Amino acid sequence: MTGWERFTDSFFNARVMAQYLPKIVEGFFLTVELAALIIVAGLALGLLLALVRAFGIRPLNWLIIFLVDLFRALPPLVIIVLLFFGLPNAGVELSGFVASWLALTLVLMAFSEEIFWAGITSVPKGQWEAARSTGLGFVQTLGWVVLPQALRITIPPLTNRTIAITKGTALASVVAVPDILGAANAGVSFSFNPSPLTLGAIAYLVLFFPVVVLGRWIETRFAWKR
Amino acid sequence: MTGSGRAPIVEARAIHKHFGHLHVLKGVDLAVAEKELVFLIGPSGSGKSTLLRCLNRLEDPSSGSVVVDGIDMLDPRTDINKARQRIGMVFQSFNLYPHMTALGNVALALRKVQGMGRAEAEAKARAALDRVHLADRADHYPLQLSGGQQQRVAIARAIALEPRVMLFDEPTSALDPELVGGVLAVMRELREDGMTMVVVSHEMGFAKAAADRVVFMSDGAIIEEGIPSEIFTNPSHERTRAFISQIERH
Amino acid sequence: MDLFLETFFSWQIISEAWPILWQGLQATLMLSVLVVPLGVAGGIILATLSTVRNPWVKWPLRAWVDTFRALPPLVLLVFIFAGLPFIGLDVGAWGAVAIGFFLNTGAYYGEILRAGIESVPRGQIEAARSTGLTRGQTMAHVVLPQAVRNVLPDLISNTLEVVKLTSIASVVALPELLFQARQAQSVTYNATPIMAAAVAYFILLWPLVRLLSRLENRQLAGRR
Repeated sequence: MTGWERFTDSFFNARVMAQYLPKIVEGFFLTVELAALIIVAGLALGLLLALVRAFGIRPLNWLIIFLVDLFRALPPLVIIVLLFFGLPNAGVELSGFVASWLALTLVLMAFSEEIFWAGITSVPKGQWEAARSTGLGFVQTLGWVVLPQALRITIPPLTNRTIAITKGTALASVVAVPDILGAANAGVSFSFNPSPLTLGAIAYLVLFFPVVVLGRWIETRFAWKR
Repeated sequence: MTGSGRAPIVEARAIHKHFGHLHVLKGVDLAVAEKELVFLIGPSGSGKSTLLRCLNRLEDPSSGSVVVDGIDMLDPRTDINKARQRIGMVFQSFNLYPHMTALGNVALALRKVQGMGRAEAEAKARAALDRVHLADRADHYPLQLSGGQQQRVAIARAIALEPRVMLFDEPTSALDPELVGGVLAVMRELREDGMTMVVVSHEMGFAKAAADRVVFMSDGAIIEEGIPSEIFTNPSHERTRAFISQIERH
Repeated sequence: MDLFLETFFSWQIISEAWPILWQGLQATLMLSVLVVPLGVAGGIILATLSTVRNPWVKWPLRAWVDTFRALPPLVLLVFIFAGLPFIGLDVGAWGAVAIGFFLNTGAYYGEILRAGIESVPRGQIEAARSTGLTRGQTMAHVVLPQAVRNVLPDLISNTLEVVKLTSIASVVALPELLFQARQAQSVTYNATPIMAAAVAYFILLWPLVRLLSRLENRQLAGRR
């Protein structure tokens, strides 16, 4: 075999690819499902924490800051491993899917809280004062005046961070979740040919390349300076 | 073309410059004699800044020739970086490097282009700062200096390289009125030391007092030129007259 | 509660597992010292190339950067580590990590530095070139120092992510902190080693997180 033939036979082997394509497609949808659940829960929790923080209740804020710092400092894989391999030692069993979802949700929660909070604090004090002077309450001011302005400027960093964390779904393969990478790995060990990995890489590109380009577009579109 | 009989040190011929569909310079000739101070005036968009920037090739002319101090600036074999050291340039917006002190700004090219050691470069940079009366500000960062002081540091950055010609691109336009005088005083001293200068500016008072020749440009071409008293009091073209009366009303 | 403490914070287990964990921590630090400069170097190359306006450079470059930003780093790492040996390219765990991080984090550092370079006003480049500095000298002495300063929070943030990301090297059996902790756990049947690894990461990276949160708040507030 020439080098080129060996290359195509290894990475673009049509027979192996055809055989494992269905598994990869299944993995694809599992990855999408996992990612969607992480985004919904992570952003919701992050926003919730940021809103609670706006009330300025000291002990509660310290707790929030600690949580945020914790999940910004810990590598996502460490959290996943801790939840999946560690908890059973204490008698709590989580499936790989749940462990991955929970870990990445907590990470996205931490990062998005930080971004939401920065957005809220960036709204000038005069906006608060003006709204309160018209008789709006604290919650009304937050909801109708401050948050809309804050969200606008959080969109670019939030998009990029969400993309980065969502890519972490590939880590779920480590705890035996048959997502794209999990399915590809399984394919490689059964067929003893790396073509499923090629398929997996392509699947990730199909999924994330448009998102990355979208993120780039949003970044210029919602540029900070108005 | 030169104001005196001396051989020109800057000679630009038939300069054309296109930006896409825009034809900004339409065959401009400009020669500057040694030790001459030439003032370029004209309405905004007349191409005077572009012409200036063609002289040290910050802009590449679309066609024409530029020879400075005997060096063909447009010849691809010319070491443009070496050639540029003979041509100092001062910008409207100063363009000092904000991450370096005044001394660092002046010393950078001395060290990196002329290859001087740190001590030698700094001594020379200090001397240049002294010429613009800012020796005591050597260790200040640009943000700690007033606009006028920043522009004088920018002049020091250029003269430290001992250029044969200095180009000034609206050096006082970005300055508060009370800071203009200091910069003009430094320029006048340079002139008295015999520096060849090409100045794009609206400082008509300075032009009348110091320029050897005033060149009026409009719409990408030179309309007329002459000694200041002639151009300012008795211009021969209607467009020049309109421009000058407009400037003087301010 | 006792069970919880026993399972996650057992002193006895820590003292037993400490030598293994210590090796892992050292490997993690070494990994970081290896891959951060690699990524920065890749980033500087990409960012410098991105100043070229030629469309034949610009678009392939953008495709390259976006490809490696779209591929999850673990996928890239597994591909290099487990895929390439099939065509006779066995680079080992350290080699695979080095290549993968160079490609992945290089793309991220490259994007950050590109944004930084674009934030430096054109006049700075013109002033430098007018004094005779070459393109390269202008980049090195005038543009990059300002670019780095302008995007410092992003650079620190990315570096934090890179150090955290070294934990994926455990997947290719490189004996860094997480891998060693897993080893220790499987011997002791106790989660304390993993908890200890988590605590180690936290102690290591918490100061960076604090610093960042301050810088980012200031940046967001300042940019409105």
